[in-house]
Amino acid sequence: MKTEETQEITCKVNGERITRLVPVRQHLVDFLRMDLQLTGSHIGCEHGVCGACSVRVDGKVVRGCLMLAVQADGQNIVTIEGLTDSGEVADLQAEFVERNALQCGYCTPGQLMTAAELLAEGEISTREEIRTFMSGNYCRCTGYHAIVDAIETTMKRREEASRAPRPAKGKA
Amino acid sequence: MTGTVTPKARLTPHDRPHSYVGRSLSRAGAKRAVAGKGRYTDDITLPRMLHAAFVRSPWAHARIKGIDIAAARKAPGVRVVMTGAEVAKLCTGPWVGTLTCFPTMKSAPQFPLAVERACWHGEPVVMVIADTRALAEDAAELVEIIYEELPVTVDKTTALGPGAVVLHPELGDNLAFEKTIDIGNVDQAFESADLIVEETYDFARHTAVSLEPRVLLADWDAASERLQIWTSSQTPHMIQHVIANTLGIPDHNVRVVAPDVGGSFGLKIHTYGDEIATALAAKVLGRPVKFVADRLESFGSDIHARENLIKARMAFTKAGDITAVDFDVVAGAGAYSQYPRTSVFEANQILNITAGPYKHKHYRAKATVVYLNKVPSSQYRAVGHPIGITVGESLLDLAATKLGIDPLEIRRRNAFPDAAFPTKTASGVKLADMSFTRCFDVLEKSIGYRALRADQAALRKQGVYRGIGLAAFIKGTAPGPNGYYGVGGAPISAQDACTIKLEPNGGIICAVGVTDQGQGVNDVMQQIAASALGVEMAAIRIISGDTDATPYGGGTYASRATAIGGEAVHQAARALRAEVLELAGVLLQAKPETLDLISGKIVDAATGMERLPLREIGRIAHFQVGQFPNTVHPQLSHTRRFRLLDDLYIFTNGIQAAHVEVDMETGFIKHLKHWVVEDCGRVINPQLADEQVRGGCVQGLGGALYEHCVYDENGQLINGTMADYLTPMSTEMPDIVVEHVVTPTSASELGAKGVGESGTGAAPAALMNAVNDALLPFEARVTAQPITPESILIALGRV
Ligand code: FES
Ligand code: FES
Repeated sequence: MKTEETQEITCKVNGERITRLVPVRQHLVDFLRMDLQLTGSHIGCEHGVCGACSVRVDGKVVRGCLMLAVQADGQNIVTIEGLTDSGEVADLQAEFVERNALQCGYCTPGQLMTAAELLAEGEISTREEIRTFMSGNYCRCTGYHAIVDAIETTMKRREEASRAPRPAKGKA
Repeated sequence: MTGTVTPKARLTPHDRPHSYVGRSLSRAGAKRAVAGKGRYTDDITLPRMLHAAFVRSPWAHARIKGIDIAAARKAPGVRVVMTGAEVAKLCTGPWVGTLTCFPTMKSAPQFPLAVERACWHGEPVVMVIADTRALAEDAAELVEIIYEELPVTVDKTTALGPGAVVLHPELGDNLAFEKTIDIGNVDQAFESADLIVEETYDFARHTAVSLEPRVLLADWDAASERLQIWTSSQTPHMIQHVIANTLGIPDHNVRVVAPDVGGSFGLKIHTYGDEIATALAAKVLGRPVKFVADRLESFGSDIHARENLIKARMAFTKAGDITAVDFDVVAGAGAYSQYPRTSVFEANQILNITAGPYKHKHYRAKATVVYLNKVPSSQYRAVGHPIGITVGESLLDLAATKLGIDPLEIRRRNAFPDAAFPTKTASGVKLADMSFTRCFDVLEKSIGYRALRADQAALRKQGVYRGIGLAAFIKGTAPGPNGYYGVGGAPISAQDACTIKLEPNGGIICAVGVTDQGQGVNDVMQQIAASALGVEMAAIRIISGDTDATPYGGGTYASRATAIGGEAVHQAARALRAEVLELAGVLLQAKPETLDLISGKIVDAATGMERLPLREIGRIAHFQVGQFPNTVHPQLSHTRRFRLLDDLYIFTNGIQAAHVEVDMETGFIKHLKHWVVEDCGRVINPQLADEQVRGGCVQGLGGALYEHCVYDENGQLINGTMADYLTPMSTEMPDIVVEHVVTPTSASELGAKGVGESGTGAAPAALMNAVNDALLPFEARVTAQPITPESILIALGRV
């Protein structure tokens, strides 16, 4: 029996440069959760369906369970922890709390990752479109209505803010 | 309850100006979760932690003739490999999933892992413990098991027939349980009926699919002989007892902690052999061991639910009054009755609640529960209700069509009027504090019923087929102690408890036996405690989900957390408040009745003038207690327990409506909108209550439209992935309008009933009625769930 085959990778995770020896068969979410203790990304199915493992790799949301850690070599990875620290979706996160768009919270990091991608497009979507866009992220608790509400509200607020005349200087 | 405040007419906790009851406050735990800072069991890593993997039976029924674990033992990183027989030897004995409150039921003894025989596809047989999960799985593949495949029983309709393979020969046959209710004179009522409607309904087996799978981490401290468990559980005290009892450890030496739980829905109130074996491994090895079910394992070992075939008929007068109900349920349980809650509740509950909103008098219902070579089935969200409600509501619609009565009218005509309560259903369950009439009125307005009907008729002419489906319901919540579990011999408390304490700085620690899986139970408890005590929310910290830190309780199941646990909190907080006012009276030389506690301050009740901050009472009573006379002994900690007294449940009621469009070419259903009007009594946090209803509805709709654990004729579960077992996605689900009619329960001071399951209970019925309403012009009907596009095309005669 040979022992675990490993390979060294270097990547950026939430802005930090990381070099680690990883088992070649380990998927990205296990690497993030177990080796880096970034436990905000979750595992719901490990076969690419539920979206609980959604993370951003080089600017695109991917299923962390369908990607090997070794494939992350040289890539720029953002997890929910990094997304939170950057403040990029602070408004959406606040709205998720306000609207109670989460119950157990297990799907939530994935929902936020995906919703961030939709919000970044900067367009206003209908509820139908939001529902379609979010369909790869399963939630077993909320029934989705509140998630759609939270995304829709955030979208509209951003839109309003972008149209509002900028204050001359300093804080509004 | 309005008017000016006078010293005599004191405010109740619910209508104080600063009360938190009835307010949609956001959840503290939600802030952590959105930041990715939730702490679920699998997020916990302990030093020297090992991982468990299980070899599971590839057969639905097989004799285990030999197990060779030599190669697995030698595999890299492996610490121990244990067969079912080895695990069994270290257990105090097998479980038997029966309850004495079901005198006729029987089940076979069961050990954590299969010993001589595997009885379902996915049953754990051998446990491998290794340094990592991957290494444990590698080694599991090296375990060689010689099986002799045995014939199976997988069809519930033939499980009792001649020639059926008997799963457990010592039981004589595959009958788990049989019960008949026969009230009034059913035969005569059918003989004299103007109309009889009759149909057979088929409900597929499904399962909870919590997004976080089952997970357990165990750590044995040999020096103190204490076992610490972290697990994704709704019922820490029950699990404490089951593990302690099975492993031969005193209960109080087992600490069970439930950290954040990633969804549960009844799935996580049961005993699972792989979890018990994991705890055992930790004890054997003296090292922490973690087990996380992967998704395939979850489908093959999490409890399943439903799987009922029901032949039913209903008798009516010409005017549309129900005169009698008669049905026969055959339920397919799994290979064993699930310990300790059993596998017969679903069928029993169908008997209790079918056609429950209506005032008919002749009622006969029979349940037959049989064993099958499948995953054991047991309680899952809204136990029995989706089935019973669908049967009753579907027959009612069928009769309405035949009699030419509007579906809403036939419900109005038959439902118990609001003045009728308390009363009993024909099945014998007590109903109190209900509001069908008001709920129907609110729904009619909310959906714009007449306009929607007109719209439907107009669209039909254009070849667009929409349907409106209604489903009135009763839902059993917050079970009492005299019905089932505890009284039947199970280590399950129907009572719940709260210990509330005043700290020196005026902070309040409130420990509760009920648990939170994201519903917001902790937040609701906090709102109740703050209101009953008279302090601000921020002054209170709730502790739950830890057997070392909370008073003994049943945990969260059967929509009991707010109704039972909430009342315990309310009573405990009232007791602490009374003591605080006593102590304040001593310090201020005032009569306690002349004082009040509002927003953390002792005030003069008459004038509202502030006398003393609560924190002063805390400081003096803890640090300068000598200021009190020798006759005064501050306790500052109060425990109250609460249980429902004589009733089986606190029943809630309501009505749901579904609006769908069916594509007659493809059989696809577009669910346009869904409405719920329900009465869960006093609503503590409207937003959380609404979200329970919405989430519950979607889970019910999943069962009605997609979910199905598919077995082949050999008992192989053939769709054990989330790609094959479909659960609702956001694009398929409608917006859901929720409204409440409030009739507080008279069973408690707080007045809250349960709310977590009524969405799930009635949504499938509303959906099926809507689909059949859309199919009406084609004289086609569907009577099986899930309602697939194919089943619609078959009903239409198109395939
Ligand atoms: S865990 Fe990756 S999609 Fe489900
Ligand atoms: S909040 Fe529990 S799965 Fe979405």
